[in-house]
Amino acid sequence: MATNVESRRNWQDLPDADGRFGQYGGRFVAETLMPLILDLERAYRAAQADPEFAATMQDFWTHYVGRPSPLYFAERLTDHYGAAKIYFKRDELNHTGAHKINNCLGQVLLAVRMGKTRIIAETGAGQHGVATATICARLGLPCVVFMGATDIERQKPNVFRMKLLGADVRPVTSGNATLKDAMNEALRDWVTNVHDTFYCIGTAAGPHPYPEMVRDFQSVIGREAREQILEREGRLPDALMACIGGGSNAIGLFHPFLNDEDVKLYGVEAAGFGLDVYNKHAAAINGGKPGVLHGNRTYLLQDDDGQILEGHSISAGLDYPGVGPEHSYLADIGRAKYLSCTDDEALEAFKLCARLEGILPALEPSHALARVGEVAQEIGKDGLIIMNLCGRGDKDVFTVADALGVTL
Amino acid sequence: MTRLSTRFAALKREGRAGLIAYIMASDPDHETCFEILRGLPGAGADVIELGFPFSDPMADGVSIQLAAQRALKAGGSLRKTLDLARRFRAEDQTTPLILMGYSNPVEQMGYDGFSRDMANAGADGAIIVDLPPEEDSPLRAAFAPNDLSIIRLATPTTDDNRLTKVLEGASGFLYYVSVAGVTGANAATSENVRAAVERIKRATQLPIAVGFGVRTPEAARAIAQNADAVVVGSAFVDEIAAGGSEQAVERVLRKVEQLSEAVRTARGQ
Repeated sequence: MATNVESRRNWQDLPDADGRFGQYGGRFVAETLMPLILDLERAYRAAQADPEFAATMQDFWTHYVGRPSPLYFAERLTDHYGAAKIYFKRDELNHTGAHKINNCLGQVLLAVRMGKTRIIAETGAGQHGVATATICARLGLPCVVFMGATDIERQKPNVFRMKLLGADVRPVTSGNATLKDAMNEALRDWVTNVHDTFYCIGTAAGPHPYPEMVRDFQSVIGREAREQILEREGRLPDALMACIGGGSNAIGLFHPFLNDEDVKLYGVEAAGFGLDVYNKHAAAINGGKPGVLHGNRTYLLQDDDGQILEGHSISAGLDYPGVGPEHSYLADIGRAKYLSCTDDEALEAFKLCARLEGILPALEPSHALARVGEVAQEIGKDGLIIMNLCGRGDKDVFTVADALGVTL
Repeated sequence: MTRLSTRFAALKREGRAGLIAYIMASDPDHETCFEILRGLPGAGADVIELGFPFSDPMADGVSIQLAAQRALKAGGSLRKTLDLARRFRAEDQTTPLILMGYSNPVEQMGYDGFSRDMANAGADGAIIVDLPPEEDSPLRAAFAPNDLSIIRLATPTTDDNRLTKVLEGASGFLYYVSVAGVTGANAATSENVRAAVERIKRATQLPIAVGFGVRTPEAARAIAQNADAVVVGSAFVDEIAAGGSEQAVERVLRKVEQLSEAVRTARGQ
């Protein structure tokens, strides 16, 4: 029993004062940025202790974002698998169509508190860029979004949305011109504009305190889900499921349940063309090893010399060679289990959900959907599963059409 | 005495600043890089900084990003970098050579292995850009038995409290990053650099080298007035990028001569 209490306290307290989740996390940044991230941590602690900050956030959640998002019983999908009851946490119904805005709202409100006058962000698929541009428009702040030139070509509708929202979208041509290069470029901008600029990171990764801060802002998902399932079913769920790119939607759902050891946690990584195909998947935990990138130690796709691999996923939002450091820790200690799903499996799940539930899921949560049947069987007939439907699929219709060989 | 302290003591006796020349290992290819490397001391480099390539150099400007891409394309790696250092040391036993790069290749090699292989290759120290004092204790522990220097960075955002932390455990020299920004970008004003160097000198006995954005003889001359050394990188790397690899050696070394001349004669003017 004593061991349990001890381990519980550990989960609750992480990260430690150095920003570590076990060996993961930390502050691996250039010296120029160290004073900035230390300052950010102080400002975040002050905001956490200020009821007014929480009240402002709550007000935006209720009236602007549209929270709480519903907890929906996916009855036909449940019947289809004939096992555990499947609930969707419907964060795709948020303003801008994904969970990303939960975090952007928190970070940009913090930036305003800190007196910062310029917001920068990186984006891959464009969802985090759109969410950041949205909040910046609402709060009247200039917003610069770094986006790989390759991604700009692939995600034209989101690029136009960001521009409509007043953001300055900067194409990044360095490296392979995708998400990790956009993040490199955002860090270069931040190191150059240290006095007025706030870097709004899109996932629960980066140097401390970002993984903790993004997790806290996203934990509204798990807190709501917990209340909702208790109300609907009178008990906690048996399992939680979410897709994993950087893993912010997953850690947001998981975190309020970490101490409930009977609740199983399943993350689903993007296996692209398959885990056994070199550099053609984006499963950092299942197919990578620990290393240091973008300010934190975590599982990474890399070669033997420590050069970072690009990876691949049909879902631009999961196409990142790393993962948030808390997931690396949860994987190592066995608190969460990380599965994977190929491009083809995600497409099948996308189609199934559209037909059975009348919901077009984004390709990201389609990865979690693809494994939900197996987990439902494992949990059994009387079980309860909550899956985070963290984004809607409207943005993906062109990609899906293309993959299915349909010309629009 | 280490090679670094011997060299800085000699510069002090001569009453001049030194030139620290940066090039990227295996850029544009392994053998051309070696020819440049072995020519650097003769062209006037007092200390050599040999970069090891990384796929995601987030503190570097375009020049060094492209250099890293060329190096990786040519098969460059941390091991190949150590191989270049070993071959250089076989010919030159006095010019200090330090490695510069990012932490992930070192993490993959292992800190102890990195230290041992550096010592065997005859390298003298390292600057790991994304390893601030909060994160470099494994490297310090690994370097100590081999007497390798861990070169720390101070920047325009480093206040007095932070400077104390940066200087604890620093060795070799202190690298002052003269502008908030990436390598090779805008130059700092000479008054700001002069004031910063004076402030740091009050806090440490370590030699102070100033770099980032130093591209011209004029800029180098201004910094060499009160800094102990001037670091130039992007300007040399650009010479490699400027054309065919046959003349790359000559172009880089000519540029080194120019900058060295400016640094050597700065205080006499």
